Amino acid sequence: MKTWLSPRSTAGLIMIAGALLALPFLAASGGQAWVRILDFAILYVFLALGLNIVVGFAGLLDLGYIAFYGVGAYVYALLASPHFGLHWPIWAILPIGAFVACLFGMLLGAPTLKLRGDYLAIVTLGFGEIIRIFLNNLDAPVNITNGALGLNLIDPVRLGSLSLAGTSEWGALSLSGPQKYYFLLVTLAIVVVVINLRLQHSRIGRAWQAIREDEVAAKAIGINTRNIKLLAFAMGASFGGIAGGIFAAMQGFISPESFSLTESVMILAMVVLGGMGHIPGVIFGALLLAVLPEVLRYAVVPAQKALFGSVLIDPESLRMLVFGLALVLVMRFRPAGLWPSPERKRELAEVSE
Amino acid sequence: MLELRALDVTYGGIRAVRGASLAVEARETVALVGANGAGKSSTLRAIARLHDAAGGDALFEGRSLLRLPPHALVRAGIALVPEGRGVFPRLTVAENLAMGAYWRSNKPAVAADLDEVHTHFPRLAERAGQLAGTLSGGEQQMLAIGRAMMSRPRLLLLDEPSMGLAPLMVQKIFEVIAALGREGMTILLVEQNARLALEVSQRAYVMESGEITHGGRSSDLLADPRVRAAYLGE
Repeated sequence: MKTWLSPRSTAGLIMIAGALLALPFLAASGGQAWVRILDFAILYVFLALGLNIVVGFAGLLDLGYIAFYGVGAYVYALLASPHFGLHWPIWAILPIGAFVACLFGMLLGAPTLKLRGDYLAIVTLGFGEIIRIFLNNLDAPVNITNGALGLNLIDPVRLGSLSLAGTSEWGALSLSGPQKYYFLLVTLAIVVVVINLRLQHSRIGRAWQAIREDEVAAKAIGINTRNIKLLAFAMGASFGGIAGGIFAAMQGFISPESFSLTESVMILAMVVLGGMGHIPGVIFGALLLAVLPEVLRYAVVPAQKALFGSVLIDPESLRMLVFGLALVLVMRFRPAGLWPSPERKRELAEVSE
Repeated sequence: MLELRALDVTYGGIRAVRGASLAVEARETVALVGANGAGKSSTLRAIARLHDAAGGDALFEGRSLLRLPPHALVRAGIALVPEGRGVFPRLTVAENLAMGAYWRSNKPAVAADLDEVHTHFPRLAERAGQLAGTLSGGEQQMLAIGRAMMSRPRLLLLDEPSMGLAPLMVQKIFEVIAALGREGMTILLVEQNARLALEVSQRAYVMESGEITHGGRSSDLLADPRVRAAYLGE
């Protein structure tokens, strides 16, 4: 147990804080689009950390995680848009969104308690699709979700009198909408990271570890595996729910399309690529996979024009191609992820001895 | 201390255990021997609440176990060493042992028990920082028993401790089981290796196709020509 930080880690923290403060301004020099990309990257950090609780800590393969993000987004959209004429404040909606997502997490967790590995993956995959299909079809007989059209004109986040949409000016300091969201997201992300770090080394964290390693043995040492697994689903889901709420506010528009299986797979790839169960690795994986495709998008068209004189391959498909290739290479050469925990590294080293 | 009353266990419609009755007294080592698939492990799994019993009862210190959830057993004083050892492979030896004391909060007592485990298994102290998955089979079995001891049980359930181990290792493991018995631990041992099990126990029961066919003092069973013919390869 560390009681206080060493001078080195204090210096590291100050540097990280400085970088986090400077980042939105640096990104803005390339256009507000880059700040938005940054916002989404942090949103993915949120999601990846939430999924990491389920997959990395408790070892339960969940392929339907995006459902909770969707639930959170729709809770926000329904309570803060003209659709029902409700305009609740964010501090009321986010906890509700987290709670509803948490309920859905338990709804998924309860019937799958006895499943593991592939079987669990299939059920969770189905669950994710069920939620998306519900969102798509709940416009009749009573119009709840507005179906495939989605929900529009969702309220932006308001903190007191400050709206996070549009540009605000304080004297010489001017912050655009995405930049303001960035600071909100970074603040929340720090809270989430701290919660995750604390969880990992808590009694609950150790119980998750035991279940991940051997469920029968976990029972034999007195762990209530049912409750602890449900807790993993519930906690992971509530992080997804909060992220979904902010997503809805930031976008102003949501539709079921945003919550497809591809997104679930993407978040899982972030967790696995970064280093399952290792918080810095998961954050790194999320940032990388969120930003890399955007960089590719901007690089692919000019590169093709320079090489061939015209755009031969559609940037979108090339992007996925490069992306897939990168994933295969990483899994081939760094199977524990790009930034695995020291334990995983040690394990691989010992096995290859 | 432990009493089974006409316990029935079924697996997918097949009755693996039929009307098993046995008793384990305090400070006694009792063996349950029999061939592969005779129902020994099913009996133990039912006691450890890893599988629901279909009928009968299992009493521990007079209270029925069958209504307890599996995780409550360790608090009641029963520790299971699962079949196939069941160590946590990606945790170190020290972390595995600490997990054994998961439900306990009295740190000095846990530390004292850790010392005791280390005296029984000096190897575990040497390998404290090593990942359990990289230990040899025998060392993993030591770790599994050590982890069970860390919960400070009054009854130790051992499921096939000799399974898949080199003969020399089996010898070592059984020496420790004998030592634990001498120190006053109550042990129910399920074991295919009848000779070792009978040597280390005071009393034993023999199981055949789901039923307990005979029981008695281990020394008598060791001398019984029927037992010798069926289980000791003579």
